[in-house]
Amino acid sequence: MIETVETGQELPPLTLKPVDRTTLALFCGASGDHNPIHIDIDFARKAGMPDVFAHGMLGMAWMGRLLTRWAPQSRLRRFDVRFQGITHLGNAITVRGRVTGIVELNGERCARVEVSNSNQYGQVKIAGEALIALG
Amino acid sequence: MIDRKWIGHVSAPSELALDRGRLRFFAEAIGETDPVYTDVEVAQAAGYADLPAPPTFLFAAEMDSGAVMQTLTDLGIPLARLLHGEQGFTYHKPACAGDVITVVSRIADIYDKKGGALEFVVKQAEARNQAGELVAELRTSFVCRN
Repeated sequence: MIETVETGQELPPLTLKPVDRTTLALFCGASGDHNPIHIDIDFARKAGMPDVFAHGMLGMAWMGRLLTRWAPQSRLRRFDVRFQGITHLGNAITVRGRVTGIVELNGERCARVEVSNSNQYGQVKIAGEALIALG
Repeated sequence: MIDRKWIGHVSAPSELALDRGRLRFFAEAIGETDPVYTDVEVAQAAGYADLPAPPTFLFAAEMDSGAVMQTLTDLGIPLARLLHGEQGFTYHKPACAGDVITVVSRIADIYDKKGGALEFVVKQAEARNQAGELVAELRTSFVCRN
């Protein structure tokens, strides 16, 4: 599908199941991010949060999944995101991507892809951009 | 206020040996179902030396080693007030199971907004493999809520 890239083209969206505590515990171990604010409700409450919440890097990893199922990872050149809002327990994230242009990077033609994570209420949690070489 | 003297500070190197078990665990944790990330034969057929590390995996190097925690301690940022503001990667070469990746980071900037209510720490890192080749560059912005 990447052979026929056009500006405005949308990547097939990726919808995740609602964030639960098991997912956060697994990501804590797998990512090496042991910050208790993501797994320990007592710590989270002391920090002024209503409950634990998702690691930003978990949301970014989901965005990575959207990109690498559209194009092989070996074509990914850059991937930058801003964490705009907290992804709470129960949030069901949909990852979306859209080609916003074709640019040249170090002599390679690349698709510039805008990516976002939003929850079931339409709130954007993470927004970013990737550059994917078209070969 | 975070002491600006830390701008330019370089972290101790963080070494992360990539192994298939950890990469499969990471794939499971993020719900990855593409077999290129879990099946060695599929990965090799796709041109990788072994299972490739997914795009965001190398962030783990400085988590596992404790380098990020050390930086937060040095700068006096409690975990309870920490947020991840931005993250970026530039990719140069694949990192696969069997590779030993070393990450060294540098504090590029520290600044504040809203009269000091929010402070930002910008960190730039390089990840190199056992041959010394640049695999990826990482950019991280942490936010401290004061």
